[in-house]
Amino acid sequence: MLWEVNVHHKAASGDHTARAVVAGAAAVGVDECTQAVTATGWLIEGELSRADVEQLAATLLTDPVTESFTVAEVGDAAATAGRDHLPTVLHVLPRTGVTDPAALTAHQSLALLGLRPTAVRSVKKYWLPALDEAATQRLAWKLLASEAIHDVVVGPLTITTLSGGRTWTFTQESISLEGLDDAALAQLSRDRCLALTAAELHAVRDHFHSLGRDPFEIELETIAQTWSEHCCHKTLGSPVDHIRPDGTTRYDNLLKETVFAATQKVREQLGLRDWCVSVFRDNSGVVRFDGDHDICVKVETHNHPSAIEPYGGAATGLGGVIRDVLGTGLAAKPIANLDVFCVGPSDLHADDLPPGVIHPRRLLEGVVAGVRDYGNRMGIPTIAGGVFYDPGYLCNPLVFCGTVGVMPRNAADAAVQRGDLVVVAGGRTGRDGIHGATFSSIELSSESEAESGGAVQIGHAINEKTLCDFVLAAAEQRLFHAITDCGAGGLSSAVGEMGATLGAEVDLDRVPLKYEGLSATEVWISEAQERMVLAVPPGKWEKLAAVAAAEGVEATAIGTFTGTGRLVLKWQGNIAGDLDCHFLHEGRPRQRLISRYTPPPREATVWPATLPSLDQCLLDMLAAPDVASKEWIIRQYDHEVQGASVVKPLLGPGEGPADGTVVRGVLGRDRGIVLGVGLRHRIGPRDPYQMAAGGIVEAIANVVAAGADPDKIALLDNFCWGDTRREASLGTLVEACRGCHDMAVAFAAPFVSGKDSLNNVFSYTDTAGTHHELSIPPTLLATAMGQVDDIHRAVTPDLKAAGNRLAIVGLSRDELTGSQVELLCGLTGGSVPQVDPDACRRVWSAVAAAIRSRCIVSCHDVSDGGVAAAVAEMVIGGNCGGRLDLAAIPAEVAATGAARNIALAFTETPGRFVCEVPAAAAERFQAFLDGLPWAWVGEVLAEPVLTITGTAGESIRLPVAELSQAWRRIASSHS
Amino acid sequence: MLAPRALILRAPGTNCDYETAHAFERAGAIARRMHVHALAEKPALADDFQILCIPGGFSYGDDIASGRIFALELKLRLGDTLLKFRDKGGLMLGICNGFQVLLQTGLLLGDVATLAHNNTGRFVDRWVHLRAMPGKCVFLQGIDRCELPVAHAEGRFVTRSPEDFAALDAAGQLVLRYGPDASGVSTNPNGSMGDVAGVCDPTGRIFGLMPHPERFIDATQHPSWNGRLDPTAAGAGLTIFTNAVKAVA
Repeated sequence: MLWEVNVHHKAASGDHTARAVVAGAAAVGVDECTQAVTATGWLIEGELSRADVEQLAATLLTDPVTESFTVAEVGDAAATAGRDHLPTVLHVLPRTGVTDPAALTAHQSLALLGLRPTAVRSVKKYWLPALDEAATQRLAWKLLASEAIHDVVVGPLTITTLSGGRTWTFTQESISLEGLDDAALAQLSRDRCLALTAAELHAVRDHFHSLGRDPFEIELETIAQTWSEHCCHKTLGSPVDHIRPDGTTRYDNLLKETVFAATQKVREQLGLRDWCVSVFRDNSGVVRFDGDHDICVKVETHNHPSAIEPYGGAATGLGGVIRDVLGTGLAAKPIANLDVFCVGPSDLHADDLPPGVIHPRRLLEGVVAGVRDYGNRMGIPTIAGGVFYDPGYLCNPLVFCGTVGVMPRNAADAAVQRGDLVVVAGGRTGRDGIHGATFSSIELSSESEAESGGAVQIGHAINEKTLCDFVLAAAEQRLFHAITDCGAGGLSSAVGEMGATLGAEVDLDRVPLKYEGLSATEVWISEAQERMVLAVPPGKWEKLAAVAAAEGVEATAIGTFTGTGRLVLKWQGNIAGDLDCHFLHEGRPRQRLISRYTPPPREATVWPATLPSLDQCLLDMLAAPDVASKEWIIRQYDHEVQGASVVKPLLGPGEGPADGTVVRGVLGRDRGIVLGVGLRHRIGPRDPYQMAAGGIVEAIANVVAAGADPDKIALLDNFCWGDTRREASLGTLVEACRGCHDMAVAFAAPFVSGKDSLNNVFSYTDTAGTHHELSIPPTLLATAMGQVDDIHRAVTPDLKAAGNRLAIVGLSRDELTGSQVELLCGLTGGSVPQVDPDACRRVWSAVAAAIRSRCIVSCHDVSDGGVAAAVAEMVIGGNCGGRLDLAAIPAEVAATGAARNIALAFTETPGRFVCEVPAAAAERFQAFLDGLPWAWVGEVLAEPVLTITGTAGESIRLPVAELSQAWRRIASSHS
Repeated sequence: MLAPRALILRAPGTNCDYETAHAFERAGAIARRMHVHALAEKPALADDFQILCIPGGFSYGDDIASGRIFALELKLRLGDTLLKFRDKGGLMLGICNGFQVLLQTGLLLGDVATLAHNNTGRFVDRWVHLRAMPGKCVFLQGIDRCELPVAHAEGRFVTRSPEDFAALDAAGQLVLRYGPDASGVSTNPNGSMGDVAGVCDPTGRIFGLMPHPERFIDATQHPSWNGRLDPTAAGAGLTIFTNAVKAVA
């Protein structure tokens, strides 16, 4: 019997979804949808009487105070009868096989009532006015449902059963590569979504030729996963000839000789004071924290899945990086998250949207909701991040998710031992996420949404939370030798990596499934979420199983790490695959790549004939999407859970912005972790080296401004690039790698981990039949993890007390290319800001020392919008007034007249800070800055007005309320 | 004498258990985290405690409705245990999701009220100003006004009818209300009837609230502490825990 329960709001006022539908309908051009009623529906199948269903509806599914329910057999007209004279009934259901968290939870909890249905599915129901077919479809697919994961049924449901899938019977498929030319090999790679080059397939063919047999499907898939860009830095790890007008540089391994090399140099310089613990080895980078704890950090991208299904893509991206931290060493406890999004312009007209692309506004709200619902459920505070808008991200939005973890000292090293059991724990395996790893290495197209649905997943946070509780409990009792997460490539990557040297034998038929019918290959490469693989000594298996049961987590021994150096895959005793680990991990042919780059010429800025007034310019600057308040996002994230919050993303009486955010590493202790990010996307297209350098300086400046020790900053790199198969594009990537190397060495700030996402290219054919290929701007996200000895000495940017003096530290130059003011005033020519590493480092040491000795009571790093925006943000946070004298700013600025004021106010020269200094501390403050470019530029005032004096003595006066309103305009448009 | 013992009862998805235990320890109690399944298998374990706290989080993912399954589980598997715990004079505290759970068990207000979706329709993490009218409520003794953070999507207090609200109000059970900020603007974050932020049972020994007192036990947890508050001072939320500890000491 298949029942349908519909849960309705008693009062229309409680139906928030309905209001959102009406508002959203107008936005997608369905103005006739002026009214809506929604219900949460449940499809329940099994030997249940109507009385049973009414009981479970009343006790489990309905709130007696605010909700009512109806029960009907599916198909019964009663379930779809119009409500409030709204004739159109529309159902949105997760597609078969797509994770349905609410239904899973409902299904499990029904056991409490002694009811055991065979299947439960959730459905969202909408009653709408009479709409024509086109309007209904538009509403369904542009607003209510996602093609990647939903089915939409208009009118009565016609389903007769929810159960599906028959047991798969073992068959062995060989795939012959013999005699195929390169075109045929490329075709085979495309057809099977392998993302392997002809050269790589040659190597595979030769290997199996020497064995005298063809590869089995599962073997070819395993190789494709292991050799994917996503899993092995295929491009960044390549030998590269980098050709510039001033000569050619030859790299044998680009990443090793730039980013890794920088870390090596820094560690060697530090010698005995080296505070790195485990870098570029594990799922995250580990550094020393206090006497008995280490901390680790990782940032991942989840761009392609988020482009197709923003909510699920972002949620599972966060879920993945949380498991990276959980799967570091002998497990770390996740204590903070960060997220950074790069999207297209929110105000883009719907008609300017290329086919198959989700509107940036809907996409951003989707990824925010995904991070919110997953991060909040995990109980990990989301404390840092950013949003960057650029037309270049329209078709390839970037979604970065990061996690910080804490672990006991001496838990960073884990080693699988011969004879350990291969244990998979957490969620069950389904068909979801097949080919995620290879998919993320293939560029998107307008058909991706339809084609790659299998690679898109929905997270089930509660599974990850219980998995996390289980792993940490098991780690405390030292019940496993090693652990890693099931991410890209699923079991094939996780088991493959853990058994890279020892080898393993796995009985794939033992892997618990969500539903029957998966083939051995599907089980092996599925990227179903919320799973970890542990290496468990047989003697501890029983204990581990007991801990898992106590936390309500499914843990299954599926094989053994054998020590044979072979990866043997079995299904009910049959050999499904048998691979030589050495070939799998070392056999990939490496091709020498060519990259070309010509540095941009340095030009003078061309100023337009007419410039906006200084006050208008400042108001527009504060309202600029990259600068404006992100409060609408921050407040949806629980940024205080775990109780360790010290410097929050919004602070001060005026709730202004923070630079770096601070949390205690351990409750009850005073040592803090400081997080900051930097991303200079507007500089990338002009100068990738300075883009990287500027991003790194920005990230470090953020944490230094909050009080972090500049001599103990760990960096992460996340490279997101276009088609690096092009020499010019690869050239910009090499330049960024050089920038990373030089900055890390100059700042003695080691990179401890990183990730790259290449081939962010989108191709489509417009209505005129012209083919387009859109590539993202070269983008490096730099993340800085700093430490503060005593959280009580942290400082924030919100101004504290009238009468205190304002100082700017660091030299200002009119290098305006890629700045916000360039965009705002339509400047042309010019050159990008050049990072002066030595000057930056000297400024950081001085400011950090002054903060430690309490001479500075507020500190703000000068970045987007320049010193004027920085001071404006400080008065907004402090809800007080201030005075800024542009003429006093130490600067090398060529511009004159009005242009000079604009340049001084808004230039984004890296490595500058605005500091609030109590008069009594002024002399001690000066002593720290001896020999540095700095000056007193104003003061804090009680009256909430910001006064800025120009170089000719002219002044503008802006009430803080007006500044605040401009800064919050975008945020309020989202609420 | 022995320090009072606080049982921090967690379920799958509970995520404020560590900091809540930490807050009770700071208040002088011995706090123990325990999984609801462990207690259900051995209800006698509750006898060793004088305080039972259900902390914040997303029990069972809140996938159906916040606290729904945890509450159902308590009613079906531990109903008698909780009544016994109350009747022997034990204190019960529900914070955020724990409040949603306690309310649905009926232990606080019977079945006349609920916590519905915020009127904004979404999750919100912000600080609110609170007015306490302690009356019998053990946990709020000595508190008049304070600030605490909220972080929830379902915190809108609603009663079946205006009469139910009036009755609870008259009985002095609506003990914690959202108040205006310094500039007189209401800080009610979710549209709660009568600005209700927390309620107690008729005895005043069972208390549930949406704000998170465990997130303000140190001054440095306040969004404006820097340069304005003594960073080494305690936060206002600690009083709720010390009150509980004093009451059973």
